[in-house]
Amino acid sequence: MQPKSLNIISLVSVGAHPTSGRARRAEQDARAVELGLRLAGDQLQVLHAGDPHEEALRAYLGMGLSEMTVLEQPKQGDALPLLSNYLKDSGAQLVLTGSQAETGEGSGMLPFLLAEQLGWPLVVGLAEVEKVDNGVAEVLQALPRGQRRRLKVRLPFLASVDNAAPAARQSAYGPARRGQLVAEDVAVVEDSLLAEAQLQPARPRPKRLKVIKAKSGAERMKAATAKASGGGGQVLKDVSPEQGAEAIFKLLIEEGVLR
Amino acid sequence: MSDIIRRDPRAEWIARNRLHPLHAAMQKVESSWMGPNGVIRKNPHAVGFIGPNGIKRIDRSGAQQGGAGKRSAASAVVQLPLHVVEQPAFHIVVVPDMVGGRLSSHDKDLLGLANKLAGSDGAVVAVVFGDYKETAFDTAGVDRLLHIEGEVFDGYAPEQRVLALSAVESQLAPRHWLLPDSRTGGGELGRRLAAKLGERPATRVWQVADGQCIGRAGAGQQDLLRSAPRLILAAVECADPVSDTRHEVRPLQLEDKIARCLPRIEDLGAVAVNPALIPMAEAEFILSGGNGVKDWAQFHQAAEALGATEGASRVAVDDGFMPRNRQVGATGTWVTARVYLAVGISGAIQHLQGIGACDKVVAVNMDPGCDMIKRADLSVIGDSAEILAALIKLATEYRQGGARDAA
Repeated sequence: MQPKSLNIISLVSVGAHPTSGRARRAEQDARAVELGLRLAGDQLQVLHAGDPHEEALRAYLGMGLSEMTVLEQPKQGDALPLLSNYLKDSGAQLVLTGSQAETGEGSGMLPFLLAEQLGWPLVVGLAEVEKVDNGVAEVLQALPRGQRRRLKVRLPFLASVDNAAPAARQSAYGPARRGQLVAEDVAVVEDSLLAEAQLQPARPRPKRLKVIKAKSGAERMKAATAKASGGGGQVLKDVSPEQGAEAIFKLLIEEGVLR
Repeated sequence: MSDIIRRDPRAEWIARNRLHPLHAAMQKVESSWMGPNGVIRKNPHAVGFIGPNGIKRIDRSGAQQGGAGKRSAASAVVQLPLHVVEQPAFHIVVVPDMVGGRLSSHDKDLLGLANKLAGSDGAVVAVVFGDYKETAFDTAGVDRLLHIEGEVFDGYAPEQRVLALSAVESQLAPRHWLLPDSRTGGGELGRRLAAKLGERPATRVWQVADGQCIGRAGAGQQDLLRSAPRLILAAVECADPVSDTRHEVRPLQLEDKIARCLPRIEDLGAVAVNPALIPMAEAEFILSGGNGVKDWAQFHQAAEALGATEGASRVAVDDGFMPRNRQVGATGTWVTARVYLAVGISGAIQHLQGIGACDKVVAVNMDPGCDMIKRADLSVIGDSAEILAALIKLATEYRQGGARDAA
């Protein structure tokens, strides 16, 4: 259905299991691969910057890929210049990424910086690519509260994928073993952040206390026994059903929930 | 104002005129007096005063002298002290999300953090795009309000907004940029701005203190401790909201014109999603039915016409009119809708707990004294079936009118 020429690259990283912390395929990156597979089939290219001997990367190959390119760099390296150099020459029309890494800083800045460096538009929260026509794509963007928005964007563009995208297919063991991890030697750039910042195990966040700023005992009592009440809501009594419905309808329009 | 004793000349005149029909009624009733034999006599009925809800109260502290005492003006709302920054030494710029045109609790936390960072010398600038409905910028802690309008900022226009923010950057050179790290726009706008300005932001920050900030890293298993950068994307509850000062909300203008860019991403508008497929906990607009709904077919029809997600009270679920997974309240789902339309629900406390996070509650009920109406922002007393029928009619007309305009 899609034209054969659509050249898609998915960027993947190594994730961490939320409970055990073991290396695994990252949830959102796997969704980016899934979306790429649906669009380009086995033409999809997958790119990673890091250690080519990482076993967790094979989980992506197990989704039905024959090979995957790894730009070799140590753990503290900055992936951004390597990726943007690679993408400049790759002739990719669509680059898919997850929205946030599961290990390391996880700031979610990578797609934004890549888009800035490449000068490409960026679609955040891609849920579905509806059609690609004459170098213009119509895509659905996922919004909070289950809403969707349709966007029109010219190729080439970058898109980040979050949990609204289709769930990733299971990774099969055989293809994962057979797939090739092709390492490429590139100049390594150090990331300056970790020199000044430090990672530490996450502290549980302090719970917000309900502070009652009452001056007298009566006020404290009132605050402690207060019932949930909006107070001062408008009450329409003795109106015809049409007038009542009109008032409700006006509020719905004002709030912009009716579309 | 409230301390000024006000005379009531009419009452004084009636008190002087013993023939006036109201004379006896307006005489102050003595509660105790010396009897003819030197014994103190008391009238227990004259003690105390009638409280605001019609119940007789006796205040023995002597603080209150009853309703017949001095007349004073209606008690004015206590004004919080005004925080004035005449010549700001520096600026802290906050770009709130303004979901639905109002400051969300996340935005208010962020303004609280901004005020902490600004101290007494700096000014907190809020940058607001497009129309807004918020009226409480002053108590939320906004010293300067920069309102940027124009049809290029309507809809989804992140690139144009980033251009506007970089104009703000060149005019004010703020010490910190603060944006909410939320999915409702702030997270995206902040990262775009960071890429544009070439700043490395601190993301998912939950604490800023002494020039250091702590934010979540990775998948939330680790914290990243670093010195606070210029651009901070803060998580919810990053600081306490402003509660005891009032701020000026002085309007601020951009001096230069904002550069225009050709939008590379074109917004084709929202897509209709099936509201029944949206999880109820995150639905934006819920139509909820309770014991007062008699015609359930009409209720479903109304939900479809309005495009609302359906909910129900416990009674409606127990009676078998709605499935269990649609129950709202303590035992069911705690919803976060922006608009909650409750039809025939009287508002048991468990139900009111479940809708605690809702912004606007609309109640349709027969009983004007029920608890739901005390909670609601708009209530209509009347028969739910007739009101729903009228609503369906209005919504269908609105949809058809919109379709005709588009054609």
